[in-house]
Amino acid sequence: MVEVALWSGLRPLVDGRASVTVAGRTVGQILDAIRRDYPALAPTLDAGVSVVVDGRVIASSLTEPVAEDSEVVLMMRLKGG
Amino acid sequence: MALDSSKTKDFKYVGTRPNRPDGLDKVTGRAKFGADATAPGMLYAAVKRSPHAHARIVKIDTSKAEAMAGVKAVVTRADFATGLEGEFGAILENVMAGDKALYDGHAVAAVAATSALIARDAVKTIEVEYEILPHVTDVDKAMEPDAPVIRAGTADASVPEGLHPNVVRYYESGHGDVDDGFADADLVVEDHFVTEATHQGYIEPHACLGTLGADGKGELWCCTQGHWYVQKVCAACLGIETSQLRVTASEIGGGFGGKTTVFIEPVALALSRKANRPVKLVMTRSEVFRATGPTSSTSMDVKIGMKVDGTITAAQGVFRLQGGAFPGAPCEMTAMCAFAPYDLKNVHQVGYDVMSNRPKQAAYRAPGSPMAAFAVESVIDELCNQLGLDPVEVRLKNASREGTRASFGPTWPQIGLVETLEAVKAHPHYAAPLKPGQGRGISCGFWFNHGGETAVSLALSEDGSAQVAVGTPDIGGSRASMALMAAEVLGIPYEDIRVTIADTATLGYNEISHGSRVTYASGLATIKAAEDAVQKLCARAAAKWGIPEDAVYWEDGYAKPSGPNAGDHEPLHIKEITASMGATGGPICGHFEATPEGAGVSFAAHIVDAEVDQETGKTDVVRYTVVQDAGKAIHPTYVEGQFQGGAAQGIGWALNEEYIYGEDGRLQNAGFLDYRIPVASDLPMIDTVIVEVPNPGHPFGVRGVGETSICPPLAAIANAVSNAVGVRMRQLPMRPSRILEALDDQDG
Repeated sequence: MVEVALWSGLRPLVDGRASVTVAGRTVGQILDAIRRDYPALAPTLDAGVSVVVDGRVIASSLTEPVAEDSEVVLMMRLKGG
Repeated sequence: MALDSSKTKDFKYVGTRPNRPDGLDKVTGRAKFGADATAPGMLYAAVKRSPHAHARIVKIDTSKAEAMAGVKAVVTRADFATGLEGEFGAILENVMAGDKALYDGHAVAAVAATSALIARDAVKTIEVEYEILPHVTDVDKAMEPDAPVIRAGTADASVPEGLHPNVVRYYESGHGDVDDGFADADLVVEDHFVTEATHQGYIEPHACLGTLGADGKGELWCCTQGHWYVQKVCAACLGIETSQLRVTASEIGGGFGGKTTVFIEPVALALSRKANRPVKLVMTRSEVFRATGPTSSTSMDVKIGMKVDGTITAAQGVFRLQGGAFPGAPCEMTAMCAFAPYDLKNVHQVGYDVMSNRPKQAAYRAPGSPMAAFAVESVIDELCNQLGLDPVEVRLKNASREGTRASFGPTWPQIGLVETLEAVKAHPHYAAPLKPGQGRGISCGFWFNHGGETAVSLALSEDGSAQVAVGTPDIGGSRASMALMAAEVLGIPYEDIRVTIADTATLGYNEISHGSRVTYASGLATIKAAEDAVQKLCARAAAKWGIPEDAVYWEDGYAKPSGPNAGDHEPLHIKEITASMGATGGPICGHFEATPEGAGVSFAAHIVDAEVDQETGKTDVVRYTVVQDAGKAIHPTYVEGQFQGGAAQGIGWALNEEYIYGEDGRLQNAGFLDYRIPVASDLPMIDTVIVEVPNPGHPFGVRGVGETSICPPLAAIANAVSNAVGVRMRQLPMRPSRILEALDDQDG
């Protein structure tokens, strides 16, 4: 299981939790698990998110590996100029 | 893809400053930009635009235009695909209005004719019946309860209940308890800040030439930062298969984020499909201002608490971004970047994406970050002034560093802010005395940088030279950087490598040149493609020597046996291997296709000296120093150019540039005579310091550099001006009249 920290704007959608714990070994599996276990977060994920894994911002690659002790933080999707 | 420690020292080509390979083309006029494309039988297009800020389109009568001699096609929204939603639906709505014109300049119809003059005359004959609606162009007014609704139902799931429908996205993050933090502070400063929308100011207006036949096959030449993105947007807007449209990126006369989206290309293709002839469409400068994407204007509130020793105890920010008539203002990036330079126990940031009757905002170098820095770094400067503290020491004391928690959540990996601030402190500029009437400003800035989908192909020629095909338009000298990295791996001279920007039929998908990603991601892909080719070169040598492939290594352009057990073989130069490659297995190429996700963030700190004429309010920036972490500067001259360019654009944004809207909701200054960007005589010499804290996610340590340099200038210049005149400047641009008003208010 992996703990995924949420930005505080999402917390009202999951009963005030600062993070959710889901099963997954990759970024894609984690996002799928969040959609399944916390459907209120699905529209946000569909709108686009980045996932920070141990300090690396993963913007699009769903195959990036995640370890059980990884620090995982959800962020809104980044776009540059 | 991790940092290759063996390559971080002793580079032969990386870090040198050769001439850019496209330099001769650029200075002789041989380079082909968007408007240079021509084709036999080409038609010229012009666009009919709304003169109203907000209006329902009741009727469009194109009959007079269609009857004119020389007119070959007229299109309205009815000539584009239907049923598009989300991002592509919004882009099509912006490219050609549907039921409503949403801003002054919104396209409502277009004409293709045998000459540009006929096309422009024909546009004038198109009769549009409008029902004028109430409009709003100011971000704060657009959030008020009685503000006109731009487009009901646009808000996404992030927006809390109770906000005006013009608030379409919402972001909130932070940690700790800011109330406790403010209670612990010895001094709390809270202030309100405003910035106006500014344009990227690229020299080259948007231009394209498109052909699209009845068979659904098309070709498009255009100036863009991302032609694969243009391909898929145009295919969606026209209802054709993506692969049937081949898009070639021209040379680009500046982009800075403003050419990361699509404004005119689907129109040219729709006209071409109707006329069955190639159609060229070139925006006028006025159209560029009225109908492309400037940056957001902002309204911001920032509150910071500090101890007398300079420790920040809490920070809070509310950032409202006006994004034009569509969702997408970078409210989340503004909020996330705002306090990123600082290690804070208690922090809270909120962002609002607010629609208005203005053109859809577009990216502009580090979207959202410069405005946030203006507000936050101004408050820190004010705290330092009131507490009598050194502004660099305070920033060092609170600086984010490896292992601290970022204001937006994660723990920082290896970053270079402390090294950057130490370089500021050591720079002679920081200790130089000021003259009377001058003030000095300091600011930090932060940007994330990006990786993204990338494909590169490298082909060796029989003479041992190399061709590299990349898919990221060269907007800052990237061909030189790619050639240097390929030269480093192959061990051949920089001049023996030609880098080409491939079209969409040649490589796999390449994400846009945005997010300061090109030298990082295309650079990484170039290195990997070159290593792929080296592996094949070693295999050819191994076959010739009759030894295993892993008994051969590559060094400085030669295949060499890896030790005594591999046998006594004379090293083979690349030219010896490629000369016979047709007979030893065929062409030797290297490829790399991936989505690199190791882009390293970067920080900058700027030092600015400003002199203000207190009679006229005119500001002169008299000395400017940019210090920034580049990870590893592949071509230092172009890194310095990015640093200087960010500072120059920041000077314009801070002192003069602004979109001015009248009460009628129309843009009042749609031209460079009235929208004043800096010219050479407005700028000082801009000194640069390249800090190199390697990015662990790149083989050579590269971090993006193109955007971070525009993050600190607004704040650094505002702090310099504020310190020169003794009044805190809270609104940009700090044009002379605004400075005089501030001085009058102080005197009054």
